[in-house]
Amino acid sequence: MSKRQAVVAELPRLRRYARALLKDPVAADDLVQDCVERALSRLSLFKAGTNMRSWLFTITHNLHVNAVYRRRRAPDGQPLTLDVENGVTVQADQTTGLVARDISRALDQLPDEQRHVVLLVGLEEMSYKKTAEILGVPMGTVMSRLARGRERLRHLMEGDDPTVLRRVK
Amino acid sequence: MNTPPRSLGDAELHAYVDGELDEVRYTEVEAWLTEHADDGAKVEAWKRQKAALHAHFDGVLDEPLPASRQNSVGRNRTGRSMPAWMRIAAAIVLFAAGAASGWGLKNWHGNGDLAAIRFVQRAMGAHVVYLPEVRHPVEIGADEEKHLVAWLSKRLGRAVRAPGLTGAGFHLVGGRLLPDAGLPAAQFMYEDGGGRRVMLYVRSGRLGKDTAFRFVNEGDVAAFYWIDGPMGYALTGKVPRPDLLGLARLVYDQLEK
Repeated sequence: MSKRQAVVAELPRLRRYARALLKDPVAADDLVQDCVERALSRLSLFKAGTNMRSWLFTITHNLHVNAVYRRRRAPDGQPLTLDVENGVTVQADQTTGLVARDISRALDQLPDEQRHVVLLVGLEEMSYKKTAEILGVPMGTVMSRLARGRERLRHLMEGDDPTVLRRVK
Repeated sequence: MNTPPRSLGDAELHAYVDGELDEVRYTEVEAWLTEHADDGAKVEAWKRQKAALHAHFDGVLDEPLPASRQNSVGRNRTGRSMPAWMRIAAAIVLFAAGAASGWGLKNWHGNGDLAAIRFVQRAMGAHVVYLPEVRHPVEIGADEEKHLVAWLSKRLGRAVRAPGLTGAGFHLVGGRLLPDAGLPAAQFMYEDGGGRRVMLYVRSGRLGKDTAFRFVNEGDVAAFYWIDGPMGYALTGKVPRPDLLGLARLVYDQLEK
């Protein structure tokens, strides 16, 4: 497989990750497109025998952490709508114990650094080691972010501790 | 005999959920969980999160690129003309978008590719027939690969070979001769460590003009197929599309050599 073909083969996975990160399909595909363009322009820097998927996810991650994309995550700055147990949809009031049963909405409540780890490990099934390489942080950091992110999601989705609905910035 | 752990940190429970533990430790944690319901509940919740992520986002893997995107992939958004390498890249990406978008069989009936479509349908039919075979999956096993390849080459009237897929974790099980609309066809079966099977269906005899990779699926069987001169190839399997595409690339690259 040529390097270019290897890039192309990763497109479905890159799109899935970008969609989970950004929610908005257009913003997500913009991110993937930027990643592919950047990867193809630097193909000579890709070392044969190393992992193409990790390389592309690293590029995507670096693009994502710049402010342009972060701003575009759809629900930022908007009131969240959460489903309460009786099925009625209401505007979220961050002081009440509403349960975000939808994983995508629960993800909204995570800081980016936890969302990255939760998605790379939980959705993309990357090892802790690969995740650490992609994010450029030590493995211990990956594990502590994962633990915090998953606990937050658990409380959000199962309503153990409503206080965590408060945004921690 | 291992001493059971006195207490487990969350880090180890996460590592258990994510398959990061070695076998010994995995078994120990499993035993621990049967006796510690609170940790068990956490682990179950985290597993549900993973399942929810897949349920929510895996659909994106099968989504076609929007038409607007297909035109713009590889073109820079400021509209400046792009260098030659980028145009080539754009063509590759466009082609992949087509291959990855999974148009159903019916969408191609208008393209004059009926012969190719019928070919891949026969390949998928053969896949379904031989997939569950445990005792007689193939006529000739991989231990007689030389004989298998020589025999099939003779019957197809062209040199065929069984491409190696071990790099992707699939080993050759063997192959068989099949009738394909009255002509001989060869089927090579591969299996990975998890028992998943993919099959390469090859026939000789013109099927129409050359095609790039194309993807179809019917039910849960998927295929990438392509026509190359007098030969038709279809790689079939019940594996995720990116995996099947990777395997098809391996096959294609080896047959090109």
